[in-house]
Amino acid sequence: MSRPFIFRDNFQENRLFLNRIVISIICMALATLALVLRLIYLQVVGHDLYTSLSRDNQVKISPLAPPRGLIFDRNGEVLADNIATYSLEIIPEQVPDMNATLDKLKALLSLSDDEIARFQAQRSQRRSFESVPLRLELSEEEMARFAVKMPYFPGVEIHTRLIRTYPYGYLTAHVVGYVGRIGEGELQSLDPGQYRGVYHIGKSGIEKSYETVLHGRTGHEEYETNVQGRAIRVLGAMEPWPGADLYLSLDVRLQKIALDALGEYTGAVAAIEPVTGKVLALASKPSFDPNPFIHGIDKDSYEALQGHPDRPLYDRALRGLYPPGSTVKPFMALAGLTLLELNPARRIYCPGYYRLPIAEHKYRDWRKGGHGAVDLSSAVTQSCDVYFYDLAHRLGIDRMQEYMGKFGFGRRTGIDLNGEKAGLFPSQDWKRRKRKAKWFAGETLIAGIGQGYVQATPLQLARAVAILANRGGNVEPRLVDSVKAPYEVDNPYPRQGDEPLGSLDPRHWHTVVDAMIDVVHSPRGTAKGITPGLRYRIAGKTGTAQVFTVGQDQDYKKMKVKKSMRDHAWFIAFAPADDPRIAIAVIAEHGGHGGSVAAPIARAIMDKYLQERP
Amino acid sequence: MNMDPSFFQPRLTALRPSAPWHRFHLDLPLLSGLALLAVLAMVVLYSASGQNLDVLLRQAVRLLLAAGVMILVAQINPRYFQSYSPVLYLVGVLLLAGVLAMGKISMGAQRWLDLGIVRFQPSEFTKLSTPMMIAWYLAQDSPPRLRQLVFAGILILIPTLLIAKQPDLGTAVLVASAGIAVMFLGEIPWSYLLGLIAVGGGLLPLAWHFMHGYQRDRVLTFLNPEADPLGRGYHIIQSKIAIGSGGLYGKGWLHGTQVHLEFLPESSTDFIFAVLAEEFGLLGCLGLLAIYLFILGRSLYIVVQAQDRYSRFLGGALTLTFFVYVFVNIGMVVGILPVVGVPLPLVSYGGTSMVTLLAGFGVLMSIQTHRRRLAS
Repeated sequence: MSRPFIFRDNFQENRLFLNRIVISIICMALATLALVLRLIYLQVVGHDLYTSLSRDNQVKISPLAPPRGLIFDRNGEVLADNIATYSLEIIPEQVPDMNATLDKLKALLSLSDDEIARFQAQRSQRRSFESVPLRLELSEEEMARFAVKMPYFPGVEIHTRLIRTYPYGYLTAHVVGYVGRIGEGELQSLDPGQYRGVYHIGKSGIEKSYETVLHGRTGHEEYETNVQGRAIRVLGAMEPWPGADLYLSLDVRLQKIALDALGEYTGAVAAIEPVTGKVLALASKPSFDPNPFIHGIDKDSYEALQGHPDRPLYDRALRGLYPPGSTVKPFMALAGLTLLELNPARRIYCPGYYRLPIAEHKYRDWRKGGHGAVDLSSAVTQSCDVYFYDLAHRLGIDRMQEYMGKFGFGRRTGIDLNGEKAGLFPSQDWKRRKRKAKWFAGETLIAGIGQGYVQATPLQLARAVAILANRGGNVEPRLVDSVKAPYEVDNPYPRQGDEPLGSLDPRHWHTVVDAMIDVVHSPRGTAKGITPGLRYRIAGKTGTAQVFTVGQDQDYKKMKVKKSMRDHAWFIAFAPADDPRIAIAVIAEHGGHGGSVAAPIARAIMDKYLQERP
Repeated sequence: MNMDPSFFQPRLTALRPSAPWHRFHLDLPLLSGLALLAVLAMVVLYSASGQNLDVLLRQAVRLLLAAGVMILVAQINPRYFQSYSPVLYLVGVLLLAGVLAMGKISMGAQRWLDLGIVRFQPSEFTKLSTPMMIAWYLAQDSPPRLRQLVFAGILILIPTLLIAKQPDLGTAVLVASAGIAVMFLGEIPWSYLLGLIAVGGGLLPLAWHFMHGYQRDRVLTFLNPEADPLGRGYHIIQSKIAIGSGGLYGKGWLHGTQVHLEFLPESSTDFIFAVLAEEFGLLGCLGLLAIYLFILGRSLYIVVQAQDRYSRFLGGALTLTFFVYVFVNIGMVVGILPVVGVPLPLVSYGGTSMVTLLAGFGVLMSIQTHRRRLAS
């Protein structure tokens, strides 16, 4: 009984399998038919069209480069402009003998070997009918010299190009940045379609951060050419999308005041509008002229900039890490009021030093004789170290780190610029991970006065004091105020809208802000020197960032300290104190005392800003 | 219902055990078709490479090497393939995982496994081992139930995903289609098949999500080549001009202007069909298709003649996959399918897939020549 049953099964299987094979054959036949029909369509129906395209006429496509977006300051001053220049370009395919041509051009226009090497490198990246620049900025004289000989140089042409220029040069060098020639490495990682016909790319600052927005979109033109490669007729074109214009919140006049006011000092200034987070000034001194970078700065000049002891290329405002020193004290005071429910009226006796229980080491106050009995307000006003040693000891480093983080210490501000440094506020965990060492109680004290491991950038401190000016409202620093384009643009730096601090007892803000007003306006304040003639009220805090550690029994003031060993001078402030419209951080490197060096710089900027917008 | 068993197996008697080629386990018609294809490939390659004898020589060496593998495979009885299928499958998957791990270490796409003297591409190996595994699995009993089909699907998915992760989308598609071909031939009920297609359609957006940027670009360029005429669309435009200008009879051997003026990119590898079309015209194209169809026809004949389920499934799947190769490549060059980087089988310059393809034909020859003779 079972045998026939199996055979029946086999029979069914066979049929099913053959069935599937037949279906497969039908599918393959249909697919083959599709291919054959397509081939007939291309080779029989479209034959004439494609023959004309291929035989003596060729379709060529050339890119249409978009003009790069401009950059303006808040008053409409142009910070980055495009100007027309003449460039010498070569279409390799049309040059009969490239080496001979280059040799002749070298003699005619005194080309350097660098230029020729760069040309060869770019040429290898592009198609043979695409034009490759040899020299980007021809002088009038060179133009004339070449124009006469032009018939002897087939395939060599003069093109008009828009070239970037920075009218304010060193005033905006770090913020706006600069464009430069696209490097070979960059070519690999770019979308080649978007960068055909484009020779520059943002290298630093806004130019780099907003590259996608400023660049726009490359268009193209499709045309027929004859055997010699000349265009006969245009078949179609897609217009490029010009790059979007950027309007910064930066005020170039404030930049100038900031850099002028720093005078002989190297240093940095960051100014923010607290409510909006708009950056009003962001300056680093010394600065440099970005214009030579556009065409590729020559080696000697670059090395001179790079090797300069004051490091002009270095953006101190964004990347400079300094101990914030006493400028952390208002934030520490808030930490004490919030976390320890500190009574601000409680006094502590300051003998000029602080000693941890059961330890010998004396942590000294900057004033040798001490401040006597100080409450919280006078501790801020007079910048009493001992008060904050005690506060730090009671808070502990981990709580400090968490609270200071809410003001942005140890965190990036999120500004719309590349390359920002995050600074550092230490914790036990951090030291264990990074330094593989245990945390010492003494280090907590040092951190409490913004020294030791603590590091912050001028921009970070400006943001911290702006948050304070906002009474806890978050500040997201932004340079680009608006983007103007005839199409929709994605902002590469959308705002996050976090509120890290939450609500706080309003009395706490009051206590700390009043103390900061006293720093400037009370006769005992550390920045009282800037009050004369002041028509509004400033809330501020001075600071000195130690560069050089003073030995246990030495006296700093009596030492003949070289300038490079002198402390950095800090001043952070906002004004008007009751209705803050500007928050600012100033550092003057090796300036010594914050009140006498950094504070006047801050005042000069605030004077200008508040006078103009009463 | 009692039927004479011999009614179903009359073909066995037709076997001629004394055929001289069978002694070497080779199938003469298949061998002739492949040889013809190889000769045509050499002719086209000579033109496409700019009359470069060096390229020609290297291709010939590869071809001979691959033919050696084919002959070797043909000697092995299909029953051995069957019993070793799970092992081979496992080895393939492990090799893929190994390659992926090594790629992780070297921080980049990695498809090769360096075995000292030879470099070996495990994804090529899985093009054979995956359909073998599925054929082994589905040959166990019939008709397959849903649970078995799901399991077979998982068996296909594992190597496919590993290859897609490399990332090598083209090969992943080919491996998957080899496995699916087995399932198709393995008597899946139509209702399941339709269900599978529906699920596959539903997974497309998911696949999109996991694709790399350049893979998405390719699909988008396919849908609208004019969108990127400076980049990806350039291939298609130039290849269409080459094919179209070839016309009925072509421009003649070595006279294709698109190729020799270097308008056509990748003319020796993925786009070699355009060279043939430009120089030999529609007739040349039909000639090539005829050779392919002859090879496919002979392969199907072998499959239908095969005696056991495993051989049928495997042989059928290899045949269908071979067609997929041909169709995907030519479809891409003539601009009706996306540019996925699949070479024209046995014609494109390059050796990686040639060994696998000819090994596949070795399996078919083995199936044909190891049939049991009917005890008469």
